[in-house]
Amino acid sequence: MSTEKPLPVIDHDSAPYWEAAHEGRLDIPLCGDCGKHHFYPRAICPHCHSDNLKFDTVSGRGEVHTFTIARRPAGPAFADDVPYVVALIELEEGPRMMSRIQTDDPESVRIGAKVEVTFVKATDEITFPYFRMT
Amino acid sequence: MKNGRDPVIVGLADAPIEDGKFVTKASVLGHAALVAKAAVEEAGLTLDDVDGLLTAGMWGVPGPGQLATVTLGEYLNIMPTYVDGTNIGGSAFEAHVAHAAMALREGYCEVALIVYSSDQKSLRSRNLGGRPSVLSMQHETPYGMPTPVGGYAMAAQRHMHEYGTTSENLAEIAVATRKWAQLNPAATRRDPLTVDDVLSSTMISEPLHLLDCCLVTDGAGAIVMTTAERARDLKTKPVAVKGYGEAHTHWAIGEMPDLARLLPAQKAGETAMKMAGVSHSDIDVVEVYDSFTVTVLLTLEALGFCKIGEGGDFVSGQRTAPGGAFPMNTNGGGLSALHPGMYGMFLLIEASRQLRGVCGDRQVAGAETALVHGTGGTLSSGATVILQKD
Repeated sequence: MSTEKPLPVIDHDSAPYWEAAHEGRLDIPLCGDCGKHHFYPRAICPHCHSDNLKFDTVSGRGEVHTFTIARRPAGPAFADDVPYVVALIELEEGPRMMSRIQTDDPESVRIGAKVEVTFVKATDEITFPYFRMT
Repeated sequence: MKNGRDPVIVGLADAPIEDGKFVTKASVLGHAALVAKAAVEEAGLTLDDVDGLLTAGMWGVPGPGQLATVTLGEYLNIMPTYVDGTNIGGSAFEAHVAHAAMALREGYCEVALIVYSSDQKSLRSRNLGGRPSVLSMQHETPYGMPTPVGGYAMAAQRHMHEYGTTSENLAEIAVATRKWAQLNPAATRRDPLTVDDVLSSTMISEPLHLLDCCLVTDGAGAIVMTTAERARDLKTKPVAVKGYGEAHTHWAIGEMPDLARLLPAQKAGETAMKMAGVSHSDIDVVEVYDSFTVTVLLTLEALGFCKIGEGGDFVSGQRTAPGGAFPMNTNGGGLSALHPGMYGMFLLIEASRQLRGVCGDRQVAGAETALVHGTGGTLSSGATVILQKD
């Protein structure tokens, strides 16, 4: 079994998001009609179904909505990472996104903890938005 | 009002397993065929009587499993004129009962066969490695999301945060379910279990321990449905399908509308109970999907057996165990009896057997009305069926 970590298979919906992340920005879609952000990026707004969307650079601040500490890895590719914290981050702008919490102390993570984005380069093409507690 | 075309269950079969593995040597489709044959023959029918075929599974993908009803129909050498390959995860079979019921009422088929088979344990094909990192999963899989347990863990964490639910509350469910398994000779895990055993078992994905998680086993099951009129000439005593409902909200856990509330179960349960004209106090036995202990807690709340947030109290004191006030998961569930990947089939079989009154030591006395609720995906889909002794 491969121990290479899985990388996102980028598509037309997600390309601007991943390109921005690679350049150190958190860009997510903003609806020109209802004024709401959404994540993950789609071709229509999940709130009002408008297709009047553009990518908007957001604050990168949010809080931990929920999380789990993985004690058993999600396959051999993540074996060296355990224990690690996978979380749903609720961004200040509203949407939730999955990410990792970068911490030396997984036990210290709490729901409601304030976090901010930090960018972790994985390959020459892919950079992941991780979060750390502030 | 009774109608000759009212849908009923007339045939049931499941494959014997030992230490979680099939006893009989056959392929995954072979086991599907063997239980299908047993279920139709129990009713006094043959496979040639089957004109409705419903199945969902995880076998043969990519490949023939992508057209599961077609491949299974070929294997059985039948020509169904109504098929349904709805796959919404482990709750698919509750949805199949609903869809078959509608097809039977409509006169679109006369004998519907619902089948599931998995040899995941024998093949060692189950892993936590996760879903391919495409489409919505490109935003989850690369972070090392343990699938599916991580999503259930996130829901449990949120429920604990909002309502003060504890790991002890969740463990009560595993312990009560094990007590039912001890009354079921066919159950995989029958050794005694305590709350402390659950809490001291290996942490998998916090806050869920190993013993909060369902088993990984092989398994195959089949259900035969027909109309009340046709059932009069058959060998078994029919179980009536009185109500059904289904709903789904998300696939990616990040898209779950409310991590502490199971909206599909709420919607499906309301629809099914209204159709059946029953209230909570009419339900004698409950079979709900227990992929994880927390699944049960969220389901009982969403179905309205207790208030949202009060599930922990509701299941405490071994309320759901044999002899308790709320008989639930009476075969030992996915936690202790078997869990071949998509468990919803076995909820239906157990509920129907309870209503037939053939469950031996684990029989719930006087069981006349059963509620079955399947959950699929990562708390994604829900489907409820209300069954009644005819």
